[in-house]
Amino acid sequence: MYQSFQQIIEIEKNTGKSFWEIVRDDDCKEMEITPEDAFQKMTEMYEAMRSADSSYDPTLSSASGLVGRDGEKVAAARRNGTLLSGSFLGLIMEKAIKMGESNACMKRIVAAPTAGSCGVIPAVFLSLQEEKKYPVEEMVKALYVSAGIGGIIAQRASVSGAAGGCQAEIGAASAMAAGGVAFLLGGDAEAISHAAAMAMKNLLGLACDPVAGLVEVPCVKRNVIGAVNALTSADLAGAGIRSRIPPDEVFDAMRNVGRMLPEDLKETGKGGLAATPTGIAFRNNLKTF
Amino acid sequence: MNSFDIIGPVMVGPSSSHTAGAAKIGNIARKLLGTPVQDADIYFHGSFLATGKGHGTDKALIAGLLGFPVDDPRIADSFRYAEENGMKYRMSGIDLGDVHPNSVKLILTGTNGRKMEMVAASVGGGAIQVTEIDGLATNFSGDYPTLVVSNLDQPGHITEITSMLSHKSINIATMQVYRSSKGGHAVIVVECDQEVPETAIRWLAHLEGILNVTYLGLKDKA
Repeated sequence: MYQSFQQIIEIEKNTGKSFWEIVRDDDCKEMEITPEDAFQKMTEMYEAMRSADSSYDPTLSSASGLVGRDGEKVAAARRNGTLLSGSFLGLIMEKAIKMGESNACMKRIVAAPTAGSCGVIPAVFLSLQEEKKYPVEEMVKALYVSAGIGGIIAQRASVSGAAGGCQAEIGAASAMAAGGVAFLLGGDAEAISHAAAMAMKNLLGLACDPVAGLVEVPCVKRNVIGAVNALTSADLAGAGIRSRIPPDEVFDAMRNVGRMLPEDLKETGKGGLAATPTGIAFRNNLKTF
Repeated sequence: MNSFDIIGPVMVGPSSSHTAGAAKIGNIARKLLGTPVQDADIYFHGSFLATGKGHGTDKALIAGLLGFPVDDPRIADSFRYAEENGMKYRMSGIDLGDVHPNSVKLILTGTNGRKMEMVAASVGGGAIQVTEIDGLATNFSGDYPTLVVSNLDQPGHITEITSMLSHKSINIATMQVYRSSKGGHAVIVVECDQEVPETAIRWLAHLEGILNVTYLGLKDKA
């Protein structure tokens, strides 16, 4: 996978290939498969996201009892027209919460890039497809764009909360989704890179502080901010706005911030929200074997 | 690394390390046992013990022992499937000492009476390491066909294994050799690029000084 946005921007300039094709072609080499098989495999990922979304069960709560049943509340508010964010953003919020809850309730999801952040990309992509009626092929290309961005982040920084904090999970997912949307809006590799960079800048330094060490609080609701942030960042890029700090430098900053974050804020369940009196009480009430 | 390490895997939540990794450990254990599991003692260590219940680590591990893959929706109901399959199990906590925080010890009996003890760790992103088999240290991922040979610590056994593999045109990816004490028990772990045929494994098992041969094939025969 590519290690920098600059590399992809230059390949686009020199060959005329689109961001997603550049990522896919690299995959084909790495996996020794045909472009058709690669595209088919990514299509399966998108369909798995769709089926995870549609199999949400509003009656389920997680084993700990900390999360569940909230997706339906957003859905109801959206149906009643009471959301200030409006119907489209409301749909994104609803799907993000639902996917996060499905994950916590042991349903089948697609890690993107992680299980804890699995709601961000599907919430944005599935809502956008419902709203704008993009063909599936366009969505799969956008997913390739997201994968390419995730690959750059994984190599320059990290896509693991234990290594880089939540900026490496919800932050990374948000940057990946933002780039995908920038592509759907007709953006070139430069616009895609800046959408991803602007999304990450908003979530830089986000702590990974799961209550009782579980992928539930605050993870589920953070999928919402990751998704909405992706949309606004892509819109900024689409409007022609650029990050003053070049994209590759933004993700280098992310790596450095991740290193500076104390261990207590990197998935250990020892700091932040996990260390509040209520967070500690939840942990103490947790059943073990 | 490729795009599907980033978008994927498709898995049952909530955690790649505590759920998908646990299911994979169960799967590998069942394949190493080479037969369906009749009875299992399961001991959770560290973070597996502290947060395993909330992450469904228990359900995922049982699902793995039943042979369910990491994206199988039946993982959430695996206890019921275990009961239907007549698989008995007990779970408790343990302190395994200075090992990976996501570690588990399994004591298994197969439907054919075969017994095996294994310690494994879920090391992140759904990847695992088998760190101990029948009390001897190992270190393999379960991503390759793997031969685990326990033998007396005496000259010649490495040659026997490598010449057999060479004869069968099997390439060695990695090879590790451990022993409990000089002249005592030794274990040889060989990760291969191709599957090792059953006849070759039987031949190896009958050699003098070879105590036990365990084979992890990537195809599920159990």
